[in-house]
Amino acid sequence: MLEIKCPHCGLRSQNEFSYGGDSNTKRPELGKEVSDKDWDNFIYLRDNPRGKHSELWHHVAGCRQWFKVLRDTSTHEIFKTAKLTEEL
Amino acid sequence: MQKYSIFSLIKNAFSNHKDWEVAWKDSEPKKEYDIIIIGAGGHGLATAYYLAKEHKITNIAVIEKGWLGGGNVGRNTTILRSNYMFDPNGLFYEQGMKMWENLSQELNYNVMYSPRGIINLAHSDAQMNIFYRRGNSMRLNGIDAVMLGRDELKKMIPFADFSESARFPIFGGLMQPRGGTARHDAVAWGYARQANSMGVDIIQHCEVTGFDVQNGKIEGVRTSKGNIKTKKVGLCVAGNTSLLAEKLNMKLPIESHVLQACVSEPVKPFLDHVVTFGAGHFYCSQSDKGEMVMGGDLDGYNSYAQRGNLPTLQHVLTEGVAMFPNLSRLKMLRTWGGIMDMSMDGSPIIDKTHIDGVYLNCGWCYGGFKATPISGWTFAYTIAKDEVHELSSKYRLNRFNTGHLIDEKGLGTKTWIG
Ligand SMILES: Cc1cc2nc3c(=O)[nH]c(=O)nc-3n(C[C@H](O)[C@H](O)[C@H](O)COP(=O)(O)OP(=O)(O)OC[C@H]3O[C@@H](n4cnc5c(N)ncnc54)[C@H](O)[C@@H]3O)c2cc1C
Ligand SMILES: [Zn+2]
Repeated sequence: MLEIKCPHCGLRSQNEFSYGGDSNTKRPELGKEVSDKDWDNFIYLRDNPRGKHSELWHHVAGCRQWFKVLRDTSTHEIFKTAKLTEEL
Repeated sequence: MQKYSIFSLIKNAFSNHKDWEVAWKDSEPKKEYDIIIIGAGGHGLATAYYLAKEHKITNIAVIEKGWLGGGNVGRNTTILRSNYMFDPNGLFYEQGMKMWENLSQELNYNVMYSPRGIINLAHSDAQMNIFYRRGNSMRLNGIDAVMLGRDELKKMIPFADFSESARFPIFGGLMQPRGGTARHDAVAWGYARQANSMGVDIIQHCEVTGFDVQNGKIEGVRTSKGNIKTKKVGLCVAGNTSLLAEKLNMKLPIESHVLQACVSEPVKPFLDHVVTFGAGHFYCSQSDKGEMVMGGDLDGYNSYAQRGNLPTLQHVLTEGVAMFPNLSRLKMLRTWGGIMDMSMDGSPIIDKTHIDGVYLNCGWCYGGFKATPISGWTFAYTIAKDEVHELSSKYRLNRFNTGHLIDEKGLGTKTWIG
């Protein structure tokens, strides 16, 4: 069982959360010209490292806030969590 | 190579089965090969076998960082099927099904192909309609498909919950009668044995750590047992694909995720078919030893750990108990996990790359075991001829730029994120 520290609510069990993937993905800026390639990359390409991964989680059965998590994909160890507005 | 037959079995009985030849020899790397296949899973070994057999190229090494068959090929729940709606998938996997039918003879190795039928249960009228549509698409592609009603299913899978109080009542189901299972280890061992007998080197406990690329052309691979020269490289590393691709400056539309499965204690014959639950992600079959083999959802977060967590198993087994209430009385024997190469549209990638002599085979998601023969066959063709095979021509990497995605479930990208 993963135990995840929601930056708003504290340590809770994995059951209360859902996963949102790579937190470094940036949507191309609204209203600006965007090349097909940049758009495709935004939709389909994600970081997929073995080791430290910064990712988004959603406290869906709690405060319903999204936040960032720094987690090891080979051990599942969680190093740090932060609010969306904070740096990991 | 010694042929396996009733006669060799009798002959070896006289020496108490102590004189059997080893099935394949472990090799140390040579300085140079024509082709190096990375990964001794099902796909890598099948590729090497068809390169040797169909294309007469035998100066090949299959390089494996762990032990042969220790990856997903030895961890999957062995379901074989071609019950797809879209043509590229239907035609590809159906050709694969035809290969399964003869694989034991082809390899002179009993892969225990068991066409016991796969049944997808439907729990609403809408789901029945979808299954009629999928079944019709399958039949148009020459794939066997039968719709079953509730009463027929009651006779075929009597232990499913047909009671009035079932949370998800069974309306009917779609069956592919030729679908079924095979012995996963035997597939790896059978391909390894035949490939090795034709001269393919199998090198275990040797990790590929990098590549030598000169002027856009592959020259060799770097491994934990030294550098090896080669003219061509095929990547068959399933959940580890992104890591090697990164060393080739490629970022792929793939995420690595852990998928768990489990088996129960063995019980008497209980279930004759492979059955999938239609109101969630759960499926099961009964092994020849009597164990219930069960699986379902991914754990749902990026992972390279070949083990998962209990909440997902609990969720999956809750669905199992909803489908077969008496499963609740069984004890679990084992659980395990494997790392899936989840592609963004749920379909595989078999292609050349921007580097001359480097070929890509990945994106199999939860369903690559059934593809082992046809994947090896088409990938061998692609490597030997430097040309994409007709059957896998829709599985190219550039579909993520041209928009020709093969999104069988119609759910968009990253279907595994709930
Ligand atoms: C629990 C579970 C259930 C599944 N159920 C089914 C099912 O019912 N039906 C179905 O069709 N499919 C199923 N699958 C999917 C199927 O197992 C895979 O899609 C398929 O086995 C992948 O191809 P492979 O056999 O070549 O992979 P693998 O056996 O994983 O082979 C890849 C090999 O590459 C090696 N490797 C990786 N990196 C390196 C490196 N740098 N150097 C050297 N070697 C390296 C690995 O050690 C590994 O042995 C399931 C998977 C799991 C985990
Ligand atoms: Zn919270």
